[in-house]
Amino acid sequence: MQVLSVIGYLILAPLAGGLLDGIDRIISARMQRRKGPPLLQPFYDIGKLFSKEVIAVNNVQMLLNLSYLVFLAIAGSMLFAGKDILMCLFILSTADMFLIMGASSDSSPYANLGAGREMIQMMAYEPLTLIVAVGFYLSSGSFQVSDIIGQQYSSVLFMPGMLLGFMFTAAIKFRKSPFDLSTSHHAHQEMVKGLTTEMSGPTLAIMNIAEYYEMILILGIFCLFFLNGNWWSWPLAIAACAVIFFLETLWDNASARLKWKTLLDSCWVITLLFGGVNLLILMLLK
Amino acid sequence: MGLIPVLIGVPAVFAVLLSFIRQEKARGVVVYVGAGSVMVLSLAFVASWIQNGSMIEKVYVNTEMVDHLMMVGEAFLMGLIVVLSIKYKRFFAALLSVAQTSLLFYVELTTDLPEAEHMLVDRLALLMCVIVAFVGGFICIYAVGYMKGYHHHHKEFKDRQPFFFSMLFFFLAAMFGLVLSLNLIWMYFFWEITSVISFLLIGYTRTEEAVRNSFTALWMNLLGGLGFAAGIAIMAFTIHSVQMSDLVLWGAPLPVACLCLAGLTKSAQLPFSSWLLGAMVAPTPSSALLHSATMVKAGVYLLIRLAPALNDTIVGLMVSLIGGFTFIAASMMAIAQNDGKKVLAFSTISNLGLIVACAGIGVEETVWGAVLLMIFHSVSKSMLFQSVGATENCLGSRDIEDMHGMLLRLPKLTYIMGIGIAGMYLAPFGMLISKWVALRAFVDSENVLLVIFIAFGSATTMFYWTKWLSKLISQHHARDNVTDVTRRDEYLSMFVHAGCMLLLCLLFPLLSTNLVDPIMLELFGYARPVLSMEVLNTMAIMLVSVGIVPLSMFFVSKAAHKQLVPIYMSGVNEGDDRYFVNSLGEPEHLYLSNWYLRYQFGMRRLMRPSIYFSAAILVVIFCLILGGAV
Repeated sequence: MQVLSVIGYLILAPLAGGLLDGIDRIISARMQRRKGPPLLQPFYDIGKLFSKEVIAVNNVQMLLNLSYLVFLAIAGSMLFAGKDILMCLFILSTADMFLIMGASSDSSPYANLGAGREMIQMMAYEPLTLIVAVGFYLSSGSFQVSDIIGQQYSSVLFMPGMLLGFMFTAAIKFRKSPFDLSTSHHAHQEMVKGLTTEMSGPTLAIMNIAEYYEMILILGIFCLFFLNGNWWSWPLAIAACAVIFFLETLWDNASARLKWKTLLDSCWVITLLFGGVNLLILMLLK
Repeated sequence: MGLIPVLIGVPAVFAVLLSFIRQEKARGVVVYVGAGSVMVLSLAFVASWIQNGSMIEKVYVNTEMVDHLMMVGEAFLMGLIVVLSIKYKRFFAALLSVAQTSLLFYVELTTDLPEAEHMLVDRLALLMCVIVAFVGGFICIYAVGYMKGYHHHHKEFKDRQPFFFSMLFFFLAAMFGLVLSLNLIWMYFFWEITSVISFLLIGYTRTEEAVRNSFTALWMNLLGGLGFAAGIAIMAFTIHSVQMSDLVLWGAPLPVACLCLAGLTKSAQLPFSSWLLGAMVAPTPSSALLHSATMVKAGVYLLIRLAPALNDTIVGLMVSLIGGFTFIAASMMAIAQNDGKKVLAFSTISNLGLIVACAGIGVEETVWGAVLLMIFHSVSKSMLFQSVGATENCLGSRDIEDMHGMLLRLPKLTYIMGIGIAGMYLAPFGMLISKWVALRAFVDSENVLLVIFIAFGSATTMFYWTKWLSKLISQHHARDNVTDVTRRDEYLSMFVHAGCMLLLCLLFPLLSTNLVDPIMLELFGYARPVLSMEVLNTMAIMLVSVGIVPLSMFFVSKAAHKQLVPIYMSGVNEGDDRYFVNSLGEPEHLYLSNWYLRYQFGMRRLMRPSIYFSAAILVVIFCLILGGAV
């Protein structure tokens, strides 16, 4: 079962991520009264990127991007294998670090700025992810994902504040406005393509695939909020994820990019207010 | 255990010897022999202990003569402090020294203490001995090469190397004494020696700044020493014993709090952090020694010993709050620093904060984490200090901004630095695992504040290390080449450290089950595995993958045929990735800087409030204890 779910994740996550990306583009386009690209456009894009000649600014960027991909896959596999969620989050940040290394390895001004902003984004969202993991531990008595999804009640009953906070900071991970500082899905921005400025062809494709893995991993964590021992919690969790994803798209289209200071302040305040208070109540309850 | 006096005596003898050797080559040989024999002795000590059945041993009951000698020693130290204080007109230190020494003499001369063992050999003490001998010993070896280069660069300082090396070895001797003492009066004696030696080492260059910082270090540590003496006095008058073990059993808040004060000052926790930051003025080997294997570890060692008495008490609350707060405050301030050594100093303070917080909670899991953190921190911090020192000798600067693209300029030093940095914060290296256990234990102890501290603190820790690492890894061809002037002694020490670090990470499961679990058994009387074997093995596999993944990806990406192009700079790239054409049509030099967020996280903004906050915790809790509220 564990093996199946890991293999499923490794194979299906990029596909699901690509599909979600396609849906996201269509919904965004409709919100802007455009028709939007076909649903499978992300896959065409990736195919095109892979068909291109490898042009690089140095010899290590590709290697660091590949490491980013592999570590994300490992982090996701840990989640889908039902292992320790805290370890999964730690590996997630290690993976992210490889992306930052990759971007700053080229010594290019725009990519470096993007890398710096990515670090700030990490610093902004990380406290809450740790607090969420602690929340799962308090509500289910274990850090093991398999125990968390096997409990009698859904965790969200104990940690609604954390869910709201996580929805807020997840915009960073989905690279959605107003938090798409380091790089954006939209071409026009103040620092070219930020983090990915110097990535092209297959290198960029690898980065995109990694992002799909990450997207599914984050949605997986959202699912954890809703899953419990009953079968009906699974469709519920998936429906909840769909709603959350739609809300993120809506927010993306409705807001403008923020400055890093506002990003950091708002994320930390939200973490303290929603995460911290929820944590306090949870500790008093348990 | 006949080896104890040898273990303390040999470095002391070498210290005396070194103070007379003026010839450079001879000194090098003596240092190598000295450091080597200290390491061999510590191993022999461990081996003989294992041969005797690996039991906790308490030794030396009748020690009247040594006691008297120690009194003479204490009087000498006091005299030294008083003379130097008068010379430099800083009387506060003299006042503190006189107060505590007379308090202790009064206790020793008036109270009648029953005879008891003075020294204790158990696993924790042995572990400390090995850390001190090896990390300390290699730092001494590193110093041989470093000090030559140092005085070559800094002609303005008087060459006082015989004194310097002598102090390094004395420091090792004092540390051995300290970790093996069971009797608090003995421990206090060695404690004072480390305070005074660190003061002398920080003041090595005798510049105005050095003198000022050395006196800061002195008065802060003496304040802790006063707490130590007060704790001893209370114990001696109330329960007529000065044994560490009796104190842990007794667990009265006031004496424990006094000793914890000593531990907090020595491990440079807020509000006493400024002495460790000031210690940067000294040559690198002494900072490495103070920060990694000795001095600050003496503080956390004392706290770990006291940990069973701290569980669920108000003193434990004080210690863990101060530790947790120091963890986050220091890691925030580290963000705003661009001086490599300053970043290391803040990270030392911050990591020690975590260890202190673990000790303050005082349950088995946290102390397990604390001991492991201590091991990993000593090795990687010592390595980082040495590599920054060596880099400074090569580049003429220890500014992280100047380390841009160091991977291409000084590859060997960069790899060492990289391993050190990765060991400090990346999954799944040891530090992180210990942090993970600490987090779980904080949750179990239901301390919301600590959980929040650790959540935010690890984010800020991540930030300052990552930006340093990304600076190192930049593929930037600098205009001028640098020659690696690092000497062989320095590389020997650094390579051994790097090897140790990797080995420690790989053997983590063994380290945990064979060393740390038994230490818990000795401290708490029971032990259950804190992490299951399965988790530990996952860890080891992860570690291998951290090595293997980038390596295999290296071959994968190497196989790909690729065309190298210059970077995009908005203006036309002049072709060398260094200059671009600006709007006036002239070449403009590109300069990339890290993020420091000085306004948000600068010392100027955060230091004062954090000192006030932590001092308030100390004062309030001491008032509560003195007022009899607990």
